Amino acid sequence: MVAVLISLALLLPLAGFVGLLAFGKRVPEPWPGVVATATVAVAFVLALIAAVDVFSGTAVPETVTWFDWLPALGVQASFLWDPLSVLMTLVVTGVGALIHAYSIGYMHGDERYGRFFAYLNLFIFSMLMLVLGSNFAVMFVGWELVGLSSYLLISFWFEKPTAAAAGKKAFVVNRVGDVGFLVALMLIFNAFGTFGFHAVFENAPATLGTGMATAITLMLMLGAAGKSAQLPLHVWLPDAMEGPTPVSALIHAATMVTAGVYMVARTGALFQLAPISAGVVATVGAVTALFAATIALAQFDIKRVLAYSTISQLGYMFMAVGAAAHVAGIFHLMTHAFFKALLFLGAGSVIHGVAGEQDMRKMGGLGRAMPWTLGTMTVAWLAISGIPPFAGFWSKDEILASVFGRGGPWVILWAVGLLTALLTAFYMTRMMWMTFGGTPRWDDGVHPHESPWTMVGPLTALGGLALVGGLVNTPWKPALEHFLHPAFEGVGLAELPGGATPWVLAFVSVAAGIVGIAAATRRYRGTMHVEDSGAWKLLNRGYYVDDAYAAAFAGGGGAAATWAAESFDGGGIDGAVNGIARLTGKVSGWLRPLQTGLVRSYAVAVMIGTVGLLAWFLTRGGF
Amino acid sequence: MDFPILTTLIVLPMAAGIAVLLLPRRRPELALPVAIASSLLPLGAALWMLVQFETGVGGFQFVEDVSWYQPWGISYHLGVDGISLLLVVLTALLFPISLLASTSIKDRIHGYAASMLFLEAGIIGVFLALDLVVFFVFWEVMLVPMYFIIGVWGGGRRVYAAIKFFLFTAFGSALMLAGILSLAFLARDQLGAPTFDFVKLLDVDLARTAQFWLFAAFGLSFAIKVPLFPLHTWLPDAHVEAPTAGSVILAGVLLKMGTYGLIRFNLTLFPEATVGLVPVLATLAVIGIVYGAVVAIVQKDIKRLVAYSSVSHLGFVVLGIFALTVQGLQGGVIQMVNHGLTTGALFLLVGMIYERRHTREISQFGGLGSVMPIYAGVFLFTAFASIGLPGLNGFVGEFYILMGSFLTLPVWAIIAATGVVLAAVYLLWAYQRMFTGPITVEENRGLRDLSVREIVILAPLVALIVFLGVYPKPALERIEPSVDAILHRIEQTTDYRVPDFGAGVVITVGEHGE
Repeated sequence: MVAVLISLALLLPLAGFVGLLAFGKRVPEPWPGVVATATVAVAFVLALIAAVDVFSGTAVPETVTWFDWLPALGVQASFLWDPLSVLMTLVVTGVGALIHAYSIGYMHGDERYGRFFAYLNLFIFSMLMLVLGSNFAVMFVGWELVGLSSYLLISFWFEKPTAAAAGKKAFVVNRVGDVGFLVALMLIFNAFGTFGFHAVFENAPATLGTGMATAITLMLMLGAAGKSAQLPLHVWLPDAMEGPTPVSALIHAATMVTAGVYMVARTGALFQLAPISAGVVATVGAVTALFAATIALAQFDIKRVLAYSTISQLGYMFMAVGAAAHVAGIFHLMTHAFFKALLFLGAGSVIHGVAGEQDMRKMGGLGRAMPWTLGTMTVAWLAISGIPPFAGFWSKDEILASVFGRGGPWVILWAVGLLTALLTAFYMTRMMWMTFGGTPRWDDGVHPHESPWTMVGPLTALGGLALVGGLVNTPWKPALEHFLHPAFEGVGLAELPGGATPWVLAFVSVAAGIVGIAAATRRYRGTMHVEDSGAWKLLNRGYYVDDAYAAAFAGGGGAAATWAAESFDGGGIDGAVNGIARLTGKVSGWLRPLQTGLVRSYAVAVMIGTVGLLAWFLTRGGF
Repeated sequence: MDFPILTTLIVLPMAAGIAVLLLPRRRPELALPVAIASSLLPLGAALWMLVQFETGVGGFQFVEDVSWYQPWGISYHLGVDGISLLLVVLTALLFPISLLASTSIKDRIHGYAASMLFLEAGIIGVFLALDLVVFFVFWEVMLVPMYFIIGVWGGGRRVYAAIKFFLFTAFGSALMLAGILSLAFLARDQLGAPTFDFVKLLDVDLARTAQFWLFAAFGLSFAIKVPLFPLHTWLPDAHVEAPTAGSVILAGVLLKMGTYGLIRFNLTLFPEATVGLVPVLATLAVIGIVYGAVVAIVQKDIKRLVAYSSVSHLGFVVLGIFALTVQGLQGGVIQMVNHGLTTGALFLLVGMIYERRHTREISQFGGLGSVMPIYAGVFLFTAFASIGLPGLNGFVGEFYILMGSFLTLPVWAIIAATGVVLAAVYLLWAYQRMFTGPITVEENRGLRDLSVREIVILAPLVALIVFLGVYPKPALERIEPSVDAILHRIEQTTDYRVPDFGAGVVITVGEHGE
């Protein structure tokens, strides 16, 4: 039963992709969008039915096998249905269906309307492969295919050179991370002779020494950093905002970019054997969280604010899974999917309302024209700022408390997380004021208007989730904790500190959020501030990381490649070849009397030479 | 004796070539259709062979063995196993396709079509021959039509490229001939009579030094063909100057004669030398992977770019072969086929745009995606297959090679893995410059998208790229027994042991129920 259900849930979006790719052009609007949305919505319902037994706690994890894929590596195309993959599937298809529905209105009038939905369906299929795969190889397939969908969707408006460049950059930077993933796979295959999750995790403690476990997990983390835009591979995500806004919401906020977090949580059994790697994960997460939050302070493009915010929030999730607080990490992954998708879709609604403008300096005072957008985004804003009882409060607070509970140097990470919380509240408040508050600054001829119901509907649904979604895991009723626990069997999960400490920590982090909101409100409520200090520019340019990479790789690397191609290959190797040819020409000039110009006599010469060589072999070689 | 299917496979294209030459010169329009139609016959025969091929058997099948010149031990000995099976089918498939892509050739079309068919016969002969003299004859015979295809129907510097191709190969051939002859004499010393029969030569016990010399003589010839760094510089020139069909065949199957030769002869006949020379060949292979890709990045001519990508991809194949593991060797064999399909398709695509614009300069394009959406789609699809995207064929081979070579050559494998980044860089950057952004050159505005004929040309390749990516098992299980046999022989004759992996873990196959 489960086999049929989840197979259908996988195949429906795939069928949607193939069908829309073939016929999407001939089907009039809005039908491609409706069909695509239906495949994902039905997949969601099927997953929900298949999950009933898992929710009730009576089901054992089930493996669904399709066929032998790579026989000599023991890889089957097979999928795992356990609490972790259930939750991921529901988030992907649930949020995915809402964003598909939103896109029906958002993409209205686009000349490649059908193609857009084909790619969105491809993404859902790929993401499901990633989260459902029951071995590392199938996970890697999903991993790469989401990269493909991301590439296709970022550069969807490929006539725009910046969009095309951004798509390529995303794929290439991800591939850098993928080298790490590939090396991890080599190490795993070498050590275990299989890629199956169950076999690897079960045998890991007996098979892996600390050194090998550290190597494997660090390489996995490199892959995760690429996909989830963590330092130093974060540079592709801000550029990915060139894609249509629903894409940013679905792929570059709610789902795909969380794949790295999912991967670390899934392989928790390996990270448990490698405390250094776990520390690296948490530290990278914490540093990225703070780093990206500071950059978000100084952005003007509404989508870039949200992009850096996503990088920062992903940092929180890595902090959690690094601290072995896997439930907290996945919990934040889920609530973040709700509120960040909502923020992006809200931003899309704003952009839609002001004729494609993304610069917040040309917005302001939009609240009156767009009440639904303002209302739903307010929920998301309070959620990300960590204000109770909104969803983000519960998950963020659980992360911070778990990290604090580990004690020792982890308290530093907690402090970084707390500072980031303050900054988060600050830059989100800044964004809200610059967009909806103050005086209108939009261009002449722009008439802000609320978006159609196909867009407002999903906003409202996500608003509801961002409001109450956190209640699935509260200190009084940790339902998510109970639900996910079987998936982390054998992994020593971090525990919350006891006594009054969690309450004190919660109070402190809410206070940080309120301070951030208050400070930003003071500064941005009234007039526009245009800063141009050196420090501010540094933040605005993202600490010049992109410029440094460009200089090193496009500049230095490009020069090296050109040298290799022109001087070394053309001049060096081929020069030697042609030199030999010229030398031969000269020598044969001296030997001109011997040259008859007849191919026959050359053949004779070749023959004589061969025989001579042979004779030498036989006499001298002695074998 | 059963129906001589292998001889049929060689004779059919040869006869077709002669038939084309006999067609009336006044009717040049007949030559190509006749050639295309008759090239479907060997394809049919190859498919019949594929269906009849017995899976799970390591030895040669459909064997034909007729004594030719008894005193010297030369026999007309043909046979096919898992290593050569798919290469023969690939050859038979690529010829009708490339002939169908040759409609722009008008000059001396009879000669062209006949050359192509003779080339096909020669290549199939190389893959089927089990006698070294027969092998050498086909190896040399195939050189002549290829020389003419580049030199007569090629581009501006065709004569330079053709001569370069010819000289490089002939140099290798001379060494190989010397090797073949010495091998026969060594056989005479041990067996009492000289033999050129591959199967009989397996019984000859070669001294270590002899193995190294012979490995070098055969290996150099094959390495030139592959081409292995630093013997690759004939390749870009030959590719750029050859007509589209020539490039497709060159990349699709001709290069594979080199890697095929390494597996069939070097690994099997000279196992001790093979084991000893693994570091050398693996190093050259990995240099090729990285170097070919780096040089490809900055090419200005799209055809040259694809040519250098072949250097990189064939490096993967050689690395897989010399990993001397089940996975690496299987990956190497399947990757030969995969590279034939994807690079064949890429050259066909390059040819299609060249026919429209008469240039291959990347900078002459830009924004083609909006005028030729189907073309752009197929190009991107093929590029991703070449990049090694899972779900498409290139990944399967690359993954096998990387996993398999890590078991014996970890450092090499890790360096090779960086090739996956570089492949994405050179292909996606080229795609970006050619297909995205606004249209920058006026002539590109009116370009028409793929015609029905062009779609027919590409469709079988696209279908196979998906099939072998999603369900490679039918191909791999035909390759496996032959690969096992080769490794088994190496283990028997040397002290090399295929490594056990997963030591300490008891795992049957695949995954257990959770």
